[in-house]
Amino acid sequence: MDVFVNGKAARMAEGSTVSDLLESLGFTDGRIAVELNGDICVRAQHATTLLHEGDRLEVVSFVGGG
Amino acid sequence: MHMSDDLVIGGHKFQSRFRLGSGKFSLDMTRQVIENGGVQMATLAVRRANADGEGNILDHMPEGITLLPNTSGARTADEAVRIARLARELGCGDFIKIEIIRDSKYLLPDNRETIRAVGMLHDEGFIPMPYMMPDLTAARDMADAGAAAIMPLGSPIGSNKGILTRDFIRMIVEEIDLPVIVDAGIGRPSQACEAMEMGCAAVMANTAIATAGDVASMARAFRLAIEAGRMAYLSGPGRVIEGRGVASSPLTGFLGEQ
Repeated sequence: MDVFVNGKAARMAEGSTVSDLLESLGFTDGRIAVELNGDICVRAQHATTLLHEGDRLEVVSFVGGG
Repeated sequence: MHMSDDLVIGGHKFQSRFRLGSGKFSLDMTRQVIENGGVQMATLAVRRANADGEGNILDHMPEGITLLPNTSGARTADEAVRIARLARELGCGDFIKIEIIRDSKYLLPDNRETIRAVGMLHDEGFIPMPYMMPDLTAARDMADAGAAAIMPLGSPIGSNKGILTRDFIRMIVEEIDLPVIVDAGIGRPSQACEAMEMGCAAVMANTAIATAGDVASMARAFRLAIEAGRMAYLSGPGRVIEGRGVASSPLTGFLGEQ
């Protein structure tokens, strides 16, 4: 299935979780936050939240800014 | 002179009245700027993460600093709420600088959407600190909606032009019972000092430091100016007289008097 992460398509196996996705894309620094289809997916649920075809995720972190 | 002069925002106490924006610095300079400035609160932005991230700014934030995530990139109250929730999920507390901008040339904040966002974020337990166009009526609405501080601009973001809105900021300082923090436009230590002499609670600066020749040294200059301005405010500035001079030396006992 295809999901969209920060606007780009990513192919994942059926049954993959948010944790699987983060690991496969190399988001190994834990200081990120995830939004799944417009709602926060809290850290504690990354491992148990299943992905579905067409899901849209935003993966963000802090950067310098005023 | 007051023995302690803490600044309280949302129940948190600060001794420093210098708010630093952390943009435009090389990551390596961040810590030194914060230390030289005596900064206890610094803003951050939320952006899409890079898997091959070239260093996380959180690694450059000294222990004990309070982070103030901003909602930059938001054009509506709903977008600001979305960014605020992501910031909270990043795990750095409940402070949020609300920044809602639809104008891409002057980068002026949208007061109407900002008022709405203050209420929405207050209801979700955030400590809202709205960046705003200095307008007393809007400031009142933000206070009523649950703002923890009011952050009027001095001049456009990043312009270093100083406090062009001084008369309007003064109205907010006099009428609103919340800390007023001049945010945006302050380009020189003298301008930061002016804001503090006016009775503002704190000054926020970023570009002024980041575009200086020696950023670490300029951070220290701002710290001293902010402290000086605060001390002057607490001391009660002397009166102004128009249209004549008033001698400082005695007008008696001149040599040669008969």
